[in-house]
Amino acid sequence: MSETRKTLMVGMSSCNIAAGAEDVYGIIKEEMAAGLQADLAITGCLGLCFCEPQVWVIDGDGRKHLYVNVTGERIRRIVREHVAGGRPVTDWVADLDQGPTAQLLGKQRRIVLANCGRINPERIDDYLAQGGYQALAGVLRDNKPAAVIDEILASGLRGRGGGGFSTGLKWRFAFTNRAPKKYVICNADEGDPGAFMDRTVLESDPHAVLEGMAIGAFATGADEAYIYCRAEYPLAVKRLELAIAQAREKGFLGRKILGGSFCFDVHVKEGAGAFVCGEETALIASIEGRRGMPRIRPPFPAEAGLFGKPTTINNVETWANVPWIIRHGATAFAAQGTEKSTGSKVFALAGKIKRGGLVEVPMGITLQEIIHDIGGGTGSKRRVKAVQMGGPSGGCVPSELFDTRIDYDEVVKTGAIMGSGGMVVMDETTCMVDVARYFLNFTQLESCGKCTFCRIGTTRMLEILTRICRGAGRPEDLPLLEDLADQIKHTSLCGLGQTAPNPVLTTLRYFREEYEEHIHDKKCRAGKCRALCRFEITEACVGCTLCARNCPVNCIGGKAKELHVIDQDRCIRCGVCRDVCPVDAVAVR
Amino acid sequence: MCQCEAKDFERIDAIVKRVGSDATKAIPVLQEIQKEFHYIPLKAMERIAATTEMTEAQLYGVATFYSQFRLAPVGQKIIKVCHGTACHVGGAEGLTEALEARLGIKDGETTADMKYTLESVACLGCCSLAPVVMVGDKAFGKLDRKKAVHIIDDLESGGESR
Repeated sequence: MSETRKTLMVGMSSCNIAAGAEDVYGIIKEEMAAGLQADLAITGCLGLCFCEPQVWVIDGDGRKHLYVNVTGERIRRIVREHVAGGRPVTDWVADLDQGPTAQLLGKQRRIVLANCGRINPERIDDYLAQGGYQALAGVLRDNKPAAVIDEILASGLRGRGGGGFSTGLKWRFAFTNRAPKKYVICNADEGDPGAFMDRTVLESDPHAVLEGMAIGAFATGADEAYIYCRAEYPLAVKRLELAIAQAREKGFLGRKILGGSFCFDVHVKEGAGAFVCGEETALIASIEGRRGMPRIRPPFPAEAGLFGKPTTINNVETWANVPWIIRHGATAFAAQGTEKSTGSKVFALAGKIKRGGLVEVPMGITLQEIIHDIGGGTGSKRRVKAVQMGGPSGGCVPSELFDTRIDYDEVVKTGAIMGSGGMVVMDETTCMVDVARYFLNFTQLESCGKCTFCRIGTTRMLEILTRICRGAGRPEDLPLLEDLADQIKHTSLCGLGQTAPNPVLTTLRYFREEYEEHIHDKKCRAGKCRALCRFEITEACVGCTLCARNCPVNCIGGKAKELHVIDQDRCIRCGVCRDVCPVDAVAVR
Repeated sequence: MCQCEAKDFERIDAIVKRVGSDATKAIPVLQEIQKEFHYIPLKAMERIAATTEMTEAQLYGVATFYSQFRLAPVGQKIIKVCHGTACHVGGAEGLTEALEARLGIKDGETTADMKYTLESVACLGCCSLAPVVMVGDKAFGKLDRKKAVHIIDDLESGGESR
């Protein structure tokens, strides 16, 4: 390879592709066909989803430049000036040493995301070059399963899917079971709306998950595994299958792994769209070809799981932590985070946030640091009002509690849960009653119907919330909601029902005045519930015409540089005028 | 399903042969049937039940439990409006409304010419681009009502919107 020959790595994760990465990739291919001398590869998602598509240009001497917000036009210039001409287009290169991107990365401690967006997930050699499969090789060489479990126990690793149960203990239960046939399962049924960390890991570093599973299987005495992946993640499934084929070819999976006696193989099962299948017994039912309905535990899967055999189920992120812990030791892992929540956790930042994407932060960091220092706040003139954590099972934490430290136990005190790590940031234009209604609508639809209170109780709660949002709320509705919530929590079999009321309970706890305004004053201060609000243009209007041009029903009148007026009879209260107004002249009444 | 039933049965049998016929294969078999026919015809479930150890009850139970499976034909293009949390906060309801008006159908329905089906889906996982609409395998992000309607306009004029 000549010293000037450069390598281009195009981010090709689902989020990059949605932002237009395929066009960028295609253009580079065209340029190469037209004679451009360079190497082209793909990589996954770096977590900086707010400025995708991204392309790494790696100089012949190994220097790396990360181009962000790369469009079709921009890549042509990057190719011309940097790849062919040797002069980086510095305006479009993210500064990884200082500034917001550096700050964003600087606060992170990347274990699970270490390789994401930096290696080619479709080439096992890239993973091997980062020390991949060394942990597995070491474990097999030492041949002491009990010692592996001790190491995981000592690391303090807890289930990253939201449950927070000790991973080492889970493994020990399966290990002590003497059954000849055992399974391990990777739960990749990432159903929480607003969470996409597992998808990214599977798309960007699938071998880390496979290696973690192989180590877990060896430690617990399993020889077969299933990865249950959401059907909505086709790219993750494709990369997993490719990774499995490559790992088999290199002897990291299959019979007599690395020449020893350990045999282990992995199957990928695609889900078919049922949120409840994230619950372990429902997931097992689904793999067995049945309706995904949870069953009573015990027996726990460690005792009687898949096909009645002892089964160890962990989530994607949990498995991906395992190789790192084995390679670097439990002490190094436990040195990060807090006493009872060790290591780091990946969060998906979305909603009204300036720098949305994936962040992996040490446990114990505050919400304030994540949302403001890393995420950059709302990125608009509006204030952050709350953050929704833990999806439909979680709750809304108000900004007054942003000094809360993130660990399993601290978050629970707010009424939310750590959950799988989705964080949806909300500003003043988000109505908290509407958010509660949104989540109840979700859980009501996704309830499998087995438990009466989950099936009917969530329906009744949704009806009440819907009528409050439509302006027909009654004073007795709030105690009724609380009563139903309490009963659903205590009479549901699985986590879905037990946690379904959380979004309502937390918003009632922190934003009760919004509920009361809806019921008593028939007002929605956020301007979201249409029956309860109207938009008016105030004297602050500068007559820029932006609102009139963006109104979907053309109901805003007014000449340029003059005060505009909304025709209330035709207005559909969508709020677009308020979103586009540069001078904040659209008020909610 | 078309009239040439024997041909369809051949297609179904080939899928069963490829995927497997024991009871644990119900979901993957139905997934492949849907890929082939774009929905799950009742006749297909009957055929599978008659030729494998799966029962009609199991197949129908599975097909109605999981949201991925459809029991009625769909349009050539499926317009999926993401209603994940970030998209909801970002105005997904408005997109569904605008698309309903543009296509003249309600959410979940198919246009009379069988060209488009409009669907609400749970999180597609590209939350940083919220609100998102997916047409086929292609995602369109950072939309508003007007941009959402433009996607359909572009499809109608034969172009590929971005």
